[in-house]
Amino acid sequence: MGIIEAKKLVFEYIRRDEEGNVEGITRAVDEVDMDVAQGEFIAILGHNGSGKSTLAKHLNAILYPTEGTVWVDGKNTSEDKNVWDIRQCAGMVFQNPDNQIIGQVVEEDVGFGPENMGIPTKQIWERVEESLKAVGMYEFRKKSPNHLSGGQKQRVSIAGVLAMHPKCIVLDEPTAMLDPNGRKEVIRAVRALNQVEGVTVILITHYMEEVIYADRVFVMDEGKIAMQGTPREIFSQVKMLKALRLDVPQVTLLAYELKKNGLDLPDGILTTDELITALQNMKR
Amino acid sequence: MAILLNHVNYIYGAGTAMETAALKDITLQIPDGQFIGLIGHTGSGKSTLVQHLNGLIKPTSGEIYFNGRDIYEDDFDRKELRSKVGLVFQYPEHQLFEVDVFSDVCFGPKNLGLSRKEAELRAYTALKQVGIADEYFYQSPFDLSGGQKRRVAIAGVLAMKPDMLVLDEPTAGLDPKGRDEILDQIAKLREETGMTIVLVSHSMEDVAKYVERIIVMNKGSILYDDEPRAVFAHYKELEEVGLAAPQVTYIMNRLREKGYDVDVDAITVKEAAASILNAVK
Amino acid sequence: MLRDITLGQYYQTDSVIHRLDPRVKLVSTILYIVSLFLFKNVTGYVIAALFLAVVIKLSKVPFKFMVKGMKAILFLLFLTVVFNLFLTPGEPLVRIWKLTITDKGLQTAVFMAFRLSFLIIGSSVMTLTTTPNHLTDGLEKLMGPLKKIRVPVHEISMMMSIALRFIPILLEETDKIMKAQIARGADFESGNLIKKAKALVPLLVPLFISAFRRANDLAMAMEARCYRGGEHRTKMKPLHYEKRDFAAYAVAISYVVAGTVISRMIPLPF
Repeated sequence: MGIIEAKKLVFEYIRRDEEGNVEGITRAVDEVDMDVAQGEFIAILGHNGSGKSTLAKHLNAILYPTEGTVWVDGKNTSEDKNVWDIRQCAGMVFQNPDNQIIGQVVEEDVGFGPENMGIPTKQIWERVEESLKAVGMYEFRKKSPNHLSGGQKQRVSIAGVLAMHPKCIVLDEPTAMLDPNGRKEVIRAVRALNQVEGVTVILITHYMEEVIYADRVFVMDEGKIAMQGTPREIFSQVKMLKALRLDVPQVTLLAYELKKNGLDLPDGILTTDELITALQNMKR
Repeated sequence: MAILLNHVNYIYGAGTAMETAALKDITLQIPDGQFIGLIGHTGSGKSTLVQHLNGLIKPTSGEIYFNGRDIYEDDFDRKELRSKVGLVFQYPEHQLFEVDVFSDVCFGPKNLGLSRKEAELRAYTALKQVGIADEYFYQSPFDLSGGQKRRVAIAGVLAMKPDMLVLDEPTAGLDPKGRDEILDQIAKLREETGMTIVLVSHSMEDVAKYVERIIVMNKGSILYDDEPRAVFAHYKELEEVGLAAPQVTYIMNRLREKGYDVDVDAITVKEAAASILNAVK
Repeated sequence: MLRDITLGQYYQTDSVIHRLDPRVKLVSTILYIVSLFLFKNVTGYVIAALFLAVVIKLSKVPFKFMVKGMKAILFLLFLTVVFNLFLTPGEPLVRIWKLTITDKGLQTAVFMAFRLSFLIIGSSVMTLTTTPNHLTDGLEKLMGPLKKIRVPVHEISMMMSIALRFIPILLEETDKIMKAQIARGADFESGNLIKKAKALVPLLVPLFISAFRRANDLAMAMEARCYRGGEHRTKMKPLHYEKRDFAAYAVAISYVVAGTVISRMIPLPF
């Protein structure tokens, strides 16, 4: 069993009108199966309302399955006694950088998690230092979060989770509110986490260019997993992606257009370099 | 109808330790009916600039003219200016407050002192212009989806019948689907009404398809102000200030370097594909 | 910009006073305020002034920052002085129209003015030399015994520090929403009180909604980071007394005692 496993996960919620009468039941996550191995970099794609954020909240025991089971590090998230272990094991970073920073000083915010876990003071300081260094925010440790850019704030949030020494980190659209520079910063930090620290990463996003570094990609639609595979496998299905109203990087689209017009190019081109090499090889 | 900015400077927190120049010597003309993209990353001064256009921020020095009149003349009606230059803020859905969609859109025209009938007529037209169907009119704005909320908020500004619409990052935080819908709606609006539109964004790729002129801001100054192709030709310089030209621009330039006879001015995937096909055949 | 507002007006520098435990500063400030009401004559006020002067000197905070806090209460100060001046019965000194200034009135007014100024400056010394965080920590620790009578001390201090973090953010948001509504023709300035109050609806509704959304997000983020109240919690920056803190307590207490005794024994004439 991997670090995270979901079996036939279903999450339903009851919609109510203003008077509190039941209007209907919405199935946000619909029979999802998932198995993530320790150290993997997983990306979950999908547009708003596809159920990807709801799925993410199950991995941290913020939501519990209506049906089916989720195990984090072998522990069933539906069992109350496991909650704190699970939250420590699978840390979570949210979308809005302002709404998840608790401390008024960067280092104090990073120390918040370990404080809650009851870690001795001396070790908190060690953890804060190493976590801030891992995301490249150590020199900002004495600053007020209000004076940081969006990308920097998200890196602080990531450090805050890292300081809890999780095995897995779930990022729920961490870049949705950032500008391109901020997005690059955060993705760089996330990749370093995965490659250097060996932390399992589950990145939820709707930006396709953030997905190309993942080991595996899940595409969600209407609560179900619509596609899964390596980024290359996913990106080779341009038609399907377009039908799901997802963004395909311009290179991939261009390659797809060219191929459609009779050029002999491979499927699922992800980068500019790949396209140019492919075009050159074709000519010869 | 036109707006003219003449050597506009704006300094934040003048006289304090935090003093920073947000805008440096901006001279700019926005003629009637243009579709403009205003590009820059966070902190480049683009949001500060657009708030000057309708008199929300007063320049530290320099003048702003609307139809030939200095907007800081004593008898200039700045309230009217705000209805003529409609400004849609970032995350505009955060300003919704009424009990239903329709009343919220009526807020602007009512503030202009219009009769109830006229205000409702305008609200109706505006909601149609942004593609909100009748069935949503009497719902609470807070029950709508993110993209719909945003469109209602845009309608709230449109209902004031501005000559010019300025949208500050109208796609921020939306998913690709929501983004395309909003941008297409704006393009359609512009086609139908011919109004001047300024689209503030940090993504060249998003605006390239639509606009006829791109203004690039960096550190409070205007870096480039030209038609999209001419601006993207500076893709290396753009990179240095943390902005990126559309991916297509890079591909075409790389191909040109490798000796392919392709058109480096191509902006969209379609243009690029046609040009490459031509070159390899 | 609004984000640059620092609440509690902390002045960053390194001094003996800055380094003191916040509890010492809280208790000493209270002792100082008590002393102002215990000392009833000129000798007492001279001692209070001297003590304050020494503390300010030690804190390395420029005096003008202390006075800044005074501006806000200038009106209140003026009012107190005027009331005391004219409304205290005693030997009449001057008579202007129907108002009489008595010797007692003059004395009380002057004392009152000094007492209030010292009080404000004295508390500014505390807020200027202690970060808001430290203050909340100090309060939490000081109120610790109240836990026994079920006062949610940890929760109160957590709320205070979250408020301190979010007030600048909400202020900025207020500014943004206000501008957005002005762009839609809203008018927050003209009209009578009722009209003005009504005009606030388009500002307050979005602001409350945003505040609740933020509160909801934050609660989730805190839970995700294993927050479960004050129990089992350790501190990254625990408070513990150093030698200098005990010394400071001693100084503060001896100041009150000595001041009271001396001012009783050698009352300066007035």
